[in-house]
Amino acid sequence: MTVVDTPAVAGAVETTKISSHLHPEGSFDVADHPVPTGREEIWRFTPLKRLRGLHQEVPLDGGSFKVDVQPAAGVTAESVAADHELRGASGLVPHDRISARAWAASDAVFLVDVPAELATDEVTTIALSGTGNEVASAGHLVIRAGNFSRSTVVVRFEGTATFAENVEILVGDSADLTVVYLQDWADDAVHHSTQHAKVGRDATLKHVAISFGGDVVRNDTTAEYAGPGGSVEMLGLYFADEGQHIEHRLFVDHTAPNTKSHVTYKGALQGEGAHTVWIGNVLIRKVAEGIETYEENRNLVLTDGCQADSVPNLEIETGEIEGAGHASATGRFDDEQLFYLRSRGIEEDEARRLVVHGFFNDLIRKIGVPELEDKLTSTVETELAKNVLKGLPA
Amino acid sequence: MSTLEIKDLHVSVDTEDGAKEILKGVTLTIKDGETHAIMGPNGSGKSTLAYSVAGHPKYTVTSGSVTLDGEDVLAMTVDERARAGLFLAMQYPVEVPGVSVSNFLRTAKTAIDGEAPKLRTWVKDVNGTLERLNLDPTFAQRSVNEGFSGGEKKRHEIAQLELLDPKVAILDETDSGLDIDALKIVAEGVNRFTEDADKGVLLITHYTRILRYIKPDFVHVFVDGKVAEEGGPELADQLEAEGYDKYIQAAKSAAV
Ligand SMILES: Nc1ncnc2c1ncn2[C@@H]1O[C@H](COP(=O)(O)OP(=O)(O)OP(=O)(O)O)[C@@H](O)[C@H]1O
Ligand SMILES: [Mg+2]
Repeated sequence: MTVVDTPAVAGAVETTKISSHLHPEGSFDVADHPVPTGREEIWRFTPLKRLRGLHQEVPLDGGSFKVDVQPAAGVTAESVAADHELRGASGLVPHDRISARAWAASDAVFLVDVPAELATDEVTTIALSGTGNEVASAGHLVIRAGNFSRSTVVVRFEGTATFAENVEILVGDSADLTVVYLQDWADDAVHHSTQHAKVGRDATLKHVAISFGGDVVRNDTTAEYAGPGGSVEMLGLYFADEGQHIEHRLFVDHTAPNTKSHVTYKGALQGEGAHTVWIGNVLIRKVAEGIETYEENRNLVLTDGCQADSVPNLEIETGEIEGAGHASATGRFDDEQLFYLRSRGIEEDEARRLVVHGFFNDLIRKIGVPELEDKLTSTVETELAKNVLKGLPA
Repeated sequence: MSTLEIKDLHVSVDTEDGAKEILKGVTLTIKDGETHAIMGPNGSGKSTLAYSVAGHPKYTVTSGSVTLDGEDVLAMTVDERARAGLFLAMQYPVEVPGVSVSNFLRTAKTAIDGEAPKLRTWVKDVNGTLERLNLDPTFAQRSVNEGFSGGEKKRHEIAQLELLDPKVAILDETDSGLDIDALKIVAEGVNRFTEDADKGVLLITHYTRILRYIKPDFVHVFVDGKVAEEGGPELADQLEAEGYDKYIQAAKSAAV
């Protein structure tokens, strides 16, 4: 293993272009991103027709959100000018047309700024409630956690919208940041979110994506490291109902030595046409010695007529790693589990409910935001009530 | 009173080459307060009998009957059978990730009794039962059977037996994989259960060891999907001395 000299942090980070297909070259120029046809690798799972033109030309000048911001003491959360110095500081370069269009269309940046060394258990909450989906809109969010800070930011979406956004997450050296993205949309929302995190030296980022509602939700989340010793945990929980498309595309780029990434996404699907996509890409660059990565996606298919696509992908360019692995599994209810519970007198519906709660429980606990736990558990319950508990054929 | 009556039970499983008959006519009656031991070699169909009575979907009953106090067990769903008073301690208890033992026990108790147990006495009952089975109190917070040792799984089955308090318990190789101390603890649990005079037990085992601690009233030797011989406790001693060879040979020559 190479020893990295402290001042030479920049030298320990590899940001040069590499030929990996995981790393398409981005561009801020919309013209560099032709309108997708659906045959492109990155679009092949997405129902383009249902994007309401986000990927084409429709103006992104709507903006009918009710916004409620509750910053933790010491944290500022406010709208700043589009040319703010922090815009682009994460290294986000749009690599698809929607992201490039959202970049061009955003006339302001919403900035959540956690000052250096501030440690708070208070949660900063940004709640956006969309009031209509006829006009499309664009957004740009920057979350900056200063060096040595510790904080939690929850971004929650409700109501309906046709919304394209870019999100930049900057985690300073030794900072510890939890970002929870909660997509609790009404059934007819369309949301495309491109998120990029840059994780500082010895910093920790916990990124949580929870997707319940929406007609089409497509999240493209990437992370890279600004120095050695950074750690990223990505957790995801999704529940797709009849006709819903929920897509998560993740990419962790191990650009520095001794970094860690741990990805766990779990989803449940129910109802005709429920479709989920999970693409879990990890790249371990030559310089990234001594890293550890594990990614996992599990899907529980609750009824017929659903489809869960799950594609883990690990690319390794150095032999000097601590550990790397992935797992992907999609299954139906386990008959043995149901039999065991029912043999104790528990009725079939209740047994199914227990199994689904069990499936999500450890993940909900890992999120580690107590304010959210009950809400998530009861949302899972509500989702279940839609279908699973209607007495399915055995 | 409680009587479990199994009459001429034939059971098959689906295999790649079609249905395969495993139980070939089992008749057995467990009356009030009786403990029956079923002993037999590997693969003779002991678990098949246990699962079929409990209603596991893998097994198809092709003929025969099972009744509990005259009620048709085979017409009941799996959970109805449990609520009617049947309990199966499984040979291989199933892991249910994310569902805590305490949540599981409370849900099961509520289902069996038709009402939620009184919180105060329930917590005491659970803790007392776990303690008697030498299971750590933190056990209640763990996921059902997940990461349990073999012995813990078996003791957890007996904890359920005591707390759910059925009429008839079928114990499928509850003794296997237990060291002598754990075996005694499990046997004590079963004996506490049968202290109530009207409880029936069907104790399935491969070895005679557990019969030193749980005294059966009747012993049935099970070979090739049928009861090959029946007797009192002395039959177990004879099996201990002679093994199953005699019965296996007899079944083989009968099949020719
Ligand atoms: N799906 C299946 N396909 C074919 N044979 C099966 C299937 N399931 C069970 N069997 C067979 O049924 C027979 C009885 O199995 P069972 O588990 O009831 O035996 P057992 O007496 O409990 O054995 P053990 O002492 O090992 O627990 C075995 O020969 C087994 O191989
Ligand atoms: Mg068996």
